[in-house]
Amino acid sequence: MIDMTVVELSRWQFAATAMYHFIFVPLTLGLSMLMAIMESVYVMTGREIWRKATIFWGTLFGVNFAMGVATGIVMEFQFGMNWSYYSHYVGDVFGAPLAIEGLMAFFLEATFVGLFFFGWDRMSKVGHLVVTWLVALGTNFSALWILIANGWMQNPVGSKFNPDTMRMEVTDFMAVLFNSVAQAKFVHTVSAGYVCGAVFIFAISAFYLARGKHVEIAKRSMVVAASFGLAGALSVVVLGDESGYVATEHQKMKIAALEASYHTEEAPAPWTVIALPGEDGGEPSFSIQIPWVGGLITTRSLDEELLGLEELTEHAQVRIRSGMIAYDALQAIRADGTDQTARATFDEHWADLGYGLLLKKYREDVGNATDAEIAMAAEDTVPDVWPLFWTFRIMMGLGFFFIAFFAFWFWKASTGKLDSNKNLLWLSFFLLPTPWLAIEAGWFIAEFGRQPWVVEGVLPTFYAASGLNFWDLVISLTFFTLLYTVLFVIMIMLMVKIVKTGPKDFAFVDSPDADDFVVAALPATPATKELGS
Amino acid sequence: MSTIPLDYETLRLIWWLLLGVLLIGFAIMGGRDLGVGALLPFAARTDDERRVLLNVVGPTWEGNQVWLVLGGGAIFAAFPPLYAVSFSGFYLAMIVILLALILRPVGFKFRGKIADARWRAAWDWALFIGGAVPSLIFGVAVGNVILGAPFHFDDTMRAFYTGNFFLLLMPFALLCGLVSLGMLVTQGASVIVGRTEGLLAERARTIGIWAGLGTIVLFALGGVWVAFGIDGHVITSTVDPNAPINPLAKTVELVRGGWLSNYGAYPWMIAAPVIGLAGMALAVLGLNGRWKLVPLLATSAGIFGIISTAGLSLFPFLLPSSTVPQAGLTLWDASSSHMTLFIMLLVTAFFLPIIILYTGYVFRVMRGPVTTTSLNKNPNAY
Ligand code: HDD
Ligand code: HEM
Ligand code: HEM
Repeated sequence: MIDMTVVELSRWQFAATAMYHFIFVPLTLGLSMLMAIMESVYVMTGREIWRKATIFWGTLFGVNFAMGVATGIVMEFQFGMNWSYYSHYVGDVFGAPLAIEGLMAFFLEATFVGLFFFGWDRMSKVGHLVVTWLVALGTNFSALWILIANGWMQNPVGSKFNPDTMRMEVTDFMAVLFNSVAQAKFVHTVSAGYVCGAVFIFAISAFYLARGKHVEIAKRSMVVAASFGLAGALSVVVLGDESGYVATEHQKMKIAALEASYHTEEAPAPWTVIALPGEDGGEPSFSIQIPWVGGLITTRSLDEELLGLEELTEHAQVRIRSGMIAYDALQAIRADGTDQTARATFDEHWADLGYGLLLKKYREDVGNATDAEIAMAAEDTVPDVWPLFWTFRIMMGLGFFFIAFFAFWFWKASTGKLDSNKNLLWLSFFLLPTPWLAIEAGWFIAEFGRQPWVVEGVLPTFYAASGLNFWDLVISLTFFTLLYTVLFVIMIMLMVKIVKTGPKDFAFVDSPDADDFVVAALPATPATKELGS
Repeated sequence: MSTIPLDYETLRLIWWLLLGVLLIGFAIMGGRDLGVGALLPFAARTDDERRVLLNVVGPTWEGNQVWLVLGGGAIFAAFPPLYAVSFSGFYLAMIVILLALILRPVGFKFRGKIADARWRAAWDWALFIGGAVPSLIFGVAVGNVILGAPFHFDDTMRAFYTGNFFLLLMPFALLCGLVSLGMLVTQGASVIVGRTEGLLAERARTIGIWAGLGTIVLFALGGVWVAFGIDGHVITSTVDPNAPINPLAKTVELVRGGWLSNYGAYPWMIAAPVIGLAGMALAVLGLNGRWKLVPLLATSAGIFGIISTAGLSLFPFLLPSSTVPQAGLTLWDASSSHMTLFIMLLVTAFFLPIIILYTGYVFRVMRGPVTTTSLNKNPNAY
């Protein structure tokens, strides 16, 4: 039987390292675009201050990017390390987008990011601008491919289980590429990154403005950030809504949990603004609902009903029973590859094989499961309602807030009154962490809400883990936690230092040779003395 | 599938070659930076010298590391069972490699941001670990592949690994680790000699010569060991290279010195170890003669030869099993489906040449010697 402690620890490790990677990713996505925009203004207007701004934000970008690379490399190998059965089971489909990400995106961003930092005095203005755009393009491609991979886990299209090789295999690669879930995810996630970058630049600039420092760069950065942020926030909310819409087609269970709808609501369903769990921690005892809106958001119609958790669980029982048939047929095929009746049965039921595997938690010989075990396995398909319900409301609330925030500042900027109210500037500065709150909430909903599946309907999470032992996991979790914590503290410290120093020290001088740097941003070498060797 | 213009067997062979290209690509390109990292505290003594070294590889190392990332992705896409078994089997070794690799991006970026001697010395050691430890362990891993890893499958293709971390550190595997470290240090030294002047280049040159000589001796020793002290795996059943994957469908026998049997069947393969030895020898000569470009090219050829030797000797195995030899993975029974291999080939054939072109462009823009004065002009220098 599978060691559930190892599974739990593997989940913790994956969740922690992925959430950690995704602290840096959205900032990379947002800052690279904003830098490219600022440098474009520099090249078009020829005004030195824009280059100064690009280089300053670029320094912060660099520190963040280093952390993104340091954490990304762990992600790349973790599937094989901790989810080895997963890797075998779906590698034929899932490996391809990951490899394409390397070919198309990582090489692009990682190769040109060096030129971004080191190429200022070695390339023409336009040449360098192209490099900056290529870095931004690379980060966006990277998001595209990884989200195609992740989207397939949520909605496994274009593939079929092959009983001879015991794994899912690609049948239609185009379907994997143009997976509607992946498309929605891409737009939503990338826009979230843009919002993140915009809030970051805006908050730090607001800090400068409140202090009356670096005013020229701060004001210009705020204008760019507010307009870009407004566009990003609109796209996050409009297409976030879309992402909910898409999810109802394939992930009814998740949506039912997000809405805490235990029973099927007659169309058009209401939308629950807030609700409180009942005494047993389940069905809500109190809720405030707006009629019709739920149906509009989730099904885009007034006459489709919104299935509740109870009905979905009953449906899961049906699929589990069908999965048991598929499992038995698979056993027969494995024992005798020429058994045509078994193959015919399997072809009919293969799509429910994953549901059959849910029973592996309770017994090895899935085909003989009892009604009680089937009921328990069906219960397992219900995600944890209340954490999902509340994180979803945090994310949504922040989404509407960001629109208001950037719209307000956009209006202030267009009336030229960015610095009219110091308190508002300080407030904006303290809002710095909010995009991360929304983003981590979003991933939590997407991934935790997917449980018990690692691949929706195809492979249960507990069945996907490697056969590692307890101590392997303890060791790796301990060291990752230690190293990542230390690095995080150091990174924050450096960012604070860079922000305190401000853009001034990164200045170029308008010398006859405009490409000559004077003051090095780098603190002077500590005398040319011997360092411990 | 009839619509795929290349047959399954050919595609498997192409992907086996491509995997070799990616791993050798990483050893040659990433080896520059790993080698320089391993040399950092020894070849460079003062802070200025160390900054020069970091800035020699600084602008390009990130791109070079993607060869490794892509190597991982390509194993996943083209040989999923290999990805599944090797990384979970070598779990703690992978953790050590990852912890070391994590230190590199932050080491490069963070080190220069604070002007404190202790701060910088600490990052120098972090960068040393980030360079030396992976170089060593990659070799140890290859050694363990040659020895066979203790794993088997159940009838659902779930892999079980029965070894432990310390079992990985067998003498032969350690020898392979040292070969790997030696050749990457030689590579790093060649980069330094090519791009810097003075004392720094001199120290790197001395270390590079010894590392190159060590690599030659240990590699030759490894060959003798494989011939007389290690069991090779030989497939004794007929293999259908076009069949759906099933590692358990074959029978395998252990034969002393069996890893050399390919050289009897295909004598041209002897070119690989010869290139390995000759490349490293030429690198030593070039370093000795203070030539600028030859050592780098020669070491790269040497690396190509040495890694090819390992790959060709194992052919058609990717990861033999020491406990249940029958379960060993070969390129015929551990690949992706016909369709996936074909699609991935199209994508790779399109992107790889483009990658090589723009990488070449970036190296050209960043060419030329690095000196302390050149550094102080750039606010983004490391
Ligand atoms: C939506 C975007 C997104 C998501 C969901 C992920 N990543 Fe990521 N990743 C990026 C967006 C990104 C990026 C923006 O491209 C990064 C972040 C900072 C950076 O340096 O590039 C990056 C870096 C990065 C690197 C280093 C690349 C290099 O050396 O340049 C690797 C190997 C990965 N990631 C792998 C993964 C894997 C295996 C993930 C899934 C589990 C993953 N990332 C999730
Ligand atoms: C970087 C953004 C991401 C974050 C923050 C994130 C978050 C999470 C979380 C919180 C879990 C644990 C859920 C649980 O066990 O309860 C998880 C699991 C998992 N996620 Fe993601 N995820 C991210 C991206 C991805 C991507 C892009 C993929 C695939 C390409 C992916 C694949 C997985 C896998 C394989 C698991 C393990 C199975 C499981 O424990 O659920 N994740 N992730
Ligand atoms: C009204 C506003 C919003 C709605 C209706 C919304 C909706 C959703 C839904 C339904 C999911 C889950 C998708 C899945 O299960 O696969 C999701 C995920 C996510 N959300 Fe939101 N969201 C909103 C605002 C935001 C904001 C403001 C941010 C960040 C700035 C954000 C960032 C994310 C991220 C990073 C994910 C995970 C990736 C993904 O699954 O697309 N969202 N969102």
